[in-house]
Amino acid sequence: MNISPSKLISLLFFIFSGFFLYTAHQIEVFAFDEGAAFNAKTFPIYLGYAGLVFSALFIILPETNPTNVDLKVLDYKKTVGLVILMILYGITILRAGYFLSTSIFLVLSYIVLGERKWIWIFLLSFPFVAIFMYLLHGLLNIYLRDPFLKFIGIMG
Amino acid sequence: MIEGILIGLDTALSLKNLMMVMIGCFSGTIIGMLPGLGPMTAIALMIPITYGFDPATGLILMAGVYYGAVFGGSTSSILINAPGVPGTVATSFDGYPMAQQGKAGKALAIAAYSSFAGGTISAIFLLIAAPSLSLVSLSFRSPDYFGLMILGLTAVAAFSSKGNFLKAMMMVVLGLMLASVGQDTLSDIPRFTFNNMNLSDGISFVLVVMATFAMSEALTIIFKANDPTRAAKQVSLSQLGSIKLDKVETKKMLTTIPRSSVLGFIIGVLPGAGATIASFLAYGMERNFVNDEEKQKFGKGSVNGIAAPETANNAACSGSFVPLLTLGIPGSGTTAVMLGALLGFGIQPGPRLYQTNPEIFWSVIMSMYIGMVVLLILNLPLIPYIARVLATPRTFLIPLILFFSVTGVYLMSFNNFDIYMMIGIAVVATILRLYDFPMPPLILAFVLGGLMEENLRRSLLLSDGSWTFLWDRPLTLIIMLTILFIVGWQIYKSFLKK
Repeated sequence: MNISPSKLISLLFFIFSGFFLYTAHQIEVFAFDEGAAFNAKTFPIYLGYAGLVFSALFIILPETNPTNVDLKVLDYKKTVGLVILMILYGITILRAGYFLSTSIFLVLSYIVLGERKWIWIFLLSFPFVAIFMYLLHGLLNIYLRDPFLKFIGIMG
Repeated sequence: MIEGILIGLDTALSLKNLMMVMIGCFSGTIIGMLPGLGPMTAIALMIPITYGFDPATGLILMAGVYYGAVFGGSTSSILINAPGVPGTVATSFDGYPMAQQGKAGKALAIAAYSSFAGGTISAIFLLIAAPSLSLVSLSFRSPDYFGLMILGLTAVAAFSSKGNFLKAMMMVVLGLMLASVGQDTLSDIPRFTFNNMNLSDGISFVLVVMATFAMSEALTIIFKANDPTRAAKQVSLSQLGSIKLDKVETKKMLTTIPRSSVLGFIIGVLPGAGATIASFLAYGMERNFVNDEEKQKFGKGSVNGIAAPETANNAACSGSFVPLLTLGIPGSGTTAVMLGALLGFGIQPGPRLYQTNPEIFWSVIMSMYIGMVVLLILNLPLIPYIARVLATPRTFLIPLILFFSVTGVYLMSFNNFDIYMMIGIAVVATILRLYDFPMPPLILAFVLGGLMEENLRRSLLLSDGSWTFLWDRPLTLIIMLTILFIVGWQIYKSFLKK
């Protein structure tokens, strides 16, 4: 039996809604609120049921407008590469500081996407981030924590 | 009203706000021009910056970005046949053929003048309609609001689903589920936090918008980079030809603009319909209105064929502000993003906004006029230069979008957990987009989730737990019947195609 990717996603959503409904029932409300017409778990419970109903309908009913995606033409390598870089960016942003982690993220992203014009790669990373930081920190007064720049004495 | 207009003018014409309109229109044009990046992405990228300003300035900036992005979308439609936003798809039907004939400058000028006229006429309608509707909406009660919110979500789902209503409804439910994460507003009881402190305040609106639009949009572009159906054909970006229009062309536009403005505004006011439907309807209507000789030119570079959708999509933009400003209920994904930003400022749009924050209410309306003028006098002469943005390589563009997205969320919380969560949501959104699960209903539901729960809570408590509040008042009953009709009709269509 073949199941379309959209139906598979709906099946996953059905399971997720079931889990959501179960978790909604587990929400502990105050004792005096237990029998109230509306408490903290009322709305989530309705949402759980709504999720089950809509996903079940999609699974049962025929697909009117099936989406065909040619999986062979998708660029998994670059997409996964970018996602990994973003995760690394998230890990390093607080430790290495905004300037260094952002600049390195940009440089590596350009390279992952196949860019090899080194002057532009440089200009659109370190100097670009420095100007952006100046705009945020210097002009808009938005604080940016940066241990690296603090360490080298550029930022207070 | 005169006093309000003067307050609005005073706020909108301050040097800072004028600058914001210009920056908004300019940056919106550039972002909207890039294929795949629409007004929602443009506004989402601006939200963290707007939090540095007062609410009126922030909203003026976002309104400028909105108009700019719609105008920018038509530029890429005309020049490379790759509409930046769905609302400008109809523009490409005649805009691109005209550009291929070496009249790209003329096509862009028609688009700019029509956008200006459509936006200006509909802003006058907004000026008249918004205060009156505000007064009417003061009589709305919680059950009516609850009904209206469901109606808005259902209508957006029906219109944005490309024939897959159930997919859109699943996205609505997912958006509401995401909105229910965090402490309950009334009792402070944690819900779906799984003892994680980072989730106790709920999921940030900026995070969800950035993840589902800016970030997933960028990932989708890379993911589908090799897809031959997405390859854009290029018209010469350096030689666009004259932007001057002759008398015949001007006359044609003068007949098209009024009717398309009215149609666009009405469609824009309806929840969920928006600029895309307005532009297609206006294109179709115009084709029926013109004589047989002119009809033959449609699809081959007709002046009316460009003017009608361009007028209508801008008129619809103004129209979509009516439910936002008067009822506090956004009618489209873009205005939902604006509502989220307003709530972030601590402002609740709705009938009372007109009385409690007149400077915001009126300055937004006034800034629309100013935005239109800016678009015309600033963007039109600059088009040959701005158009070069279309040549920006994706290898630079995508990392910069990702960088702005991460920075936007980082600036809100200085917390890596939010960045990881954003990446997770973006990856899921990218897969969902791939299979045509629409994102605007999710955002609209996420923004309305809290308000919906609040109104349901009030309605149920007032009716002592009984659901009769859904049909007790004639207004609520009419709203509920409309919802039932939309849902029933959409599901019936699924059976029809079996």
